[in-house]
Amino acid sequence: MALTAAFVSAGMVLAGCGGSDDGGSDSKSAGGTSPGEGKAGCEQLTQFGDLTGKKVHVYTTIVAPEDQSQKDSYKLFTTCTGATVEYEGSKEMEAQILVRAQSGNLPDIAYLPQPGLLNTLVTQTSTVKEAPKTVSDNVDKWWGEDWKGYGSVDGKFYAAPLGANVKSFVWYSPKMFADNGWKVPQTWDELMALSDQIAAKGIKPWCAGAESGEATGWPLTDWLEDALLRTAGADTYDQWIKHDIPFNDPKIAEALDKVGAILKNDKYVNGGIGDVKSIATTAFQQGGLPILDGKCAMHRQASFYAANWPKGTTVAEDGQVFAFYLPTVDPSKGKPVEGGGEFVAAFNDKPETVAFQTYLSSDVWANEKAKATPGGGWVSANKGLDPNNLVSPIDKLSATTLADPEAVFRFDASDLMPAEVGTNSFWKQMVAWITGQDTKKTLDNIESSWPS
Amino acid sequence: MSLGEKLLQAVIIIALFFAVVGVILVLTSKLRSRLGELIQSAAFLLPTILLLGVGLLYPAISTVRLSFRNNFDKLWIGFDNYKTIFTDSDLVRVLINTALWVIITPIVATFVGLIYAVLVDRSRFEKTAKALIFLPMAISLVGASIIWKFVYDDNTGILNAITDTFGLGRHHWLLSSPGNTLLLIVIFVWVQAGFATVVLSASIKAIPTDIVEAAKLDGVSGVRMFRYITVPSIRPTLIVVLTAITITTLKVFDIVRTVTGGNFKTSVLAYEFYVQSFRSANRGLGAALAVLIFVLVLPVVIYNVTQMRKVAR
Amino acid sequence: MTVIDAPLEKLEAASETSRNELSNRWASMGALIIAVLWTVPTAGLLVTSFRPEDDINSSGWWNVITHPSFTFDNYKAVLGGSQYSLTDFFVNSFVITIPAVIIPISIATMAAYAFAWMSFPLKNTLFILIFALQIVPIQVTMIPLLKLYVDLGLAGNDAPGGGFYTIWLSHSVFALPLAIYLLHNFMMEIPGELVESARVDGAGHVQIFMRLIVPLMVPAIAAFAILQFLWVWNDLLVALVFGGGSLDISPLTVALANLSGTRGADWYLLSAGAFVSLVVPLAVFLGLQRFFVRGLLAGSVKG
Repeated sequence: MALTAAFVSAGMVLAGCGGSDDGGSDSKSAGGTSPGEGKAGCEQLTQFGDLTGKKVHVYTTIVAPEDQSQKDSYKLFTTCTGATVEYEGSKEMEAQILVRAQSGNLPDIAYLPQPGLLNTLVTQTSTVKEAPKTVSDNVDKWWGEDWKGYGSVDGKFYAAPLGANVKSFVWYSPKMFADNGWKVPQTWDELMALSDQIAAKGIKPWCAGAESGEATGWPLTDWLEDALLRTAGADTYDQWIKHDIPFNDPKIAEALDKVGAILKNDKYVNGGIGDVKSIATTAFQQGGLPILDGKCAMHRQASFYAANWPKGTTVAEDGQVFAFYLPTVDPSKGKPVEGGGEFVAAFNDKPETVAFQTYLSSDVWANEKAKATPGGGWVSANKGLDPNNLVSPIDKLSATTLADPEAVFRFDASDLMPAEVGTNSFWKQMVAWITGQDTKKTLDNIESSWPS
Repeated sequence: MSLGEKLLQAVIIIALFFAVVGVILVLTSKLRSRLGELIQSAAFLLPTILLLGVGLLYPAISTVRLSFRNNFDKLWIGFDNYKTIFTDSDLVRVLINTALWVIITPIVATFVGLIYAVLVDRSRFEKTAKALIFLPMAISLVGASIIWKFVYDDNTGILNAITDTFGLGRHHWLLSSPGNTLLLIVIFVWVQAGFATVVLSASIKAIPTDIVEAAKLDGVSGVRMFRYITVPSIRPTLIVVLTAITITTLKVFDIVRTVTGGNFKTSVLAYEFYVQSFRSANRGLGAALAVLIFVLVLPVVIYNVTQMRKVAR
Repeated sequence: MTVIDAPLEKLEAASETSRNELSNRWASMGALIIAVLWTVPTAGLLVTSFRPEDDINSSGWWNVITHPSFTFDNYKAVLGGSQYSLTDFFVNSFVITIPAVIIPISIATMAAYAFAWMSFPLKNTLFILIFALQIVPIQVTMIPLLKLYVDLGLAGNDAPGGGFYTIWLSHSVFALPLAIYLLHNFMMEIPGELVESARVDGAGHVQIFMRLIVPLMVPAIAAFAILQFLWVWNDLLVALVFGGGSLDISPLTVALANLSGTRGADWYLLSAGAFVSLVVPLAVFLGLQRFFVRGLLAGSVKG
């Protein structure tokens, strides 16, 4: 067994990246004594031997200032193995990784922000390596079955989850709510009643922004996905993603109309910004800012919106802004939670690459990362993550929302759909919808763009 | 690499380049025969042919091939990609928009550039004046997209501030088609006018002084000088500028990409090509769109060829 | 910032007829209007780059007239940002740009000369082909070209020259068609008799090219050098795709594009970043402008 494995992997090394100088028979270890031997936190990494002088090239979408905490969290890895991490962040990464995969100029590891991208890379370029056993074991241990599924393609497991975010949040001003005696709604009906109550006071209750450069429209797809999870449930949601039911199924139309009752209602939007159509031209980063001026009461946006509040804003349950869980229609059917996250794909199986993959999929890294992020803005669905290591209240809320036993977690649907839909027609048609196109035509158009 | 090493690399490559070119030129300079002229031509053209053959011609040919393949270059699918293009309802809009861009941008940008180059020529403030119109070209695309956000934005845009002041109300400028396409074209005209000015100005300065002096002695000046002396003298350069801007316009995608993301019926061919190839992961369809751009430039090529024939001695 | 040509009128009015004076006034007005229209948006960016974040988000830049409020914070954040100092990126931009301007222009001048004054078979066909290649968008070339670089060992983590070669090569390739087309056009304007008489005097092509054509082409070469400098300096795509992916050799544009943060929340910093990056091309433009002189060609015709 071991011999075969070594033979296969040696063949891969020769075929994949010639010039590699490790001629050892062990497929995983680089030989020598690991510098991490006997050090705390290094237990999983010593098996890879001495990797001193080796470099792991990581390619991600995470750029400054958020990249610093990533880099800081790799220090333990360097201490344990001797290998260093060469970090490259670019906001163009999602398109560039496909170009690089097709031309053979690949990094060792990439953090993919969408499972759909992993799917494309695996099925179309065959450049992603299946996850090694150490990673697979870690994911079995620390993540739920669903998260492992998002990192798999056709039943094979490729990419371990990294960070996570919660999308089912509504940002609000706790002070504004307290001053007016408004209560955080527990059901969708209460949410609508509250909206009416706020509108009656002469304040437009909702604000939103969907402009995001070429990705304009994604905040609206999140709205629809969140609503669908609540009106039709997780099973329908899954069928919808797999195209087992058409995109223009009546259930989807129902959910979109529920969104329309809020976002296309001139009495409800666009607080502090303008009319309904202004949603299409308002940058998503600015969509929630009127809350600070008291011109808008609620803004549905993911946990990462925390980074968009101006410096000095206190984000806490008793602060200037905070978020509540977007309530569901029927709480007895569980708590649907929509979210997203990144996945770690590897393009070779050099010992240092596998060692780094293993490190990232461990509970050790999750806690290292939490400690390395004093400013907040990061969570993970890793069960080994100690919430006490998270500093910011919103991160804690995200972590508890993800860990809630009643929670039914579902990944952002547009990230799972084929690229033609998920990163093209879905965005575009939602923009057309908010600027006047009706629900039927919108869904019909997306359905017709679904690749056969 | 340290800073010094990097600079050294730059020096090395330049020295290497001139050494190679120099050796080739010296070796061929002594040849005088008919064959010698052929060898000399080859020496003058070799680097160009090598670079363009590998860097542009080969990719262009493989794009044509790819346009008959499916989304990830796995299967031959004949003309299916082209069929998709011509049956897609959105594409008619894209074609109309592309036509608007290609007709308006070169004409307006060249016109502005020409007028400006003539107006500031020989003036005391020529350098400053040209630097000002040149600024948009020097600004990075990121900067340009922010600049125009502060013009077209609903709340912080100057356009709404102006119309509001004059009682014309506030508008969602970027939402209403086809006006929004024109607003995007304005951005590109703003950028390209600098290009036109720089090139045309160099050409105006090359008009032989004696021609201008002779015309002046005959009492020609002002608008007539512009019409009968300046424009005819730089006509070949005018065609060059119009052609270059036309081709650049056909290729431009980042303005649409950053300002509207192709929404609100503002998409153009080059942007659709980009979206299909790199966002929708449909390289076959993207390639077909690129081939369509190649085809569209054919009339420009033909026009230029006939013009060159006319000039050719 | 003033471009008003009022003093100019006084200067020239004496020698011109009253009619000319009128047209001069209109000319100055026209130039002024264009200059103002073209400068106002940029001025807005300049003002914005000195405004505090909250103001930028909530009100238009012209509000500084009534509510002046300025800060250097944006520039501080841009200049003292990440672990790499901006100096590194400036150096990278220079290291990329200088060879990527000099090399293609030299090659293009030679090719333009060949097309203008040499005779060889298939000349016209070849010229038309090169001209037509202008239309090939960079995006089309990305995958085939990068594949080639990888096969040749020029790209990747241990590329020679730190990975600069692929960037220089790519920029040269993309510049050539337009450069040859533009320079060929300028070269055709050089009177044929000049070249003919030099040939009669026994000069070979290399001598004519070096001693006669290149000096005459200086304004055109300077014009194109400025343009090429700009395109390379402001390029993001080529650096991203062909740059081998290391921040170690990334130009300023790559650093600036990432300024706004992972979620794009700090985009207000980009206005300051744009101005930091603008300084160099503007200096190059002003510096090379003195080559835009009249009479180089005109003088030689007389002689």
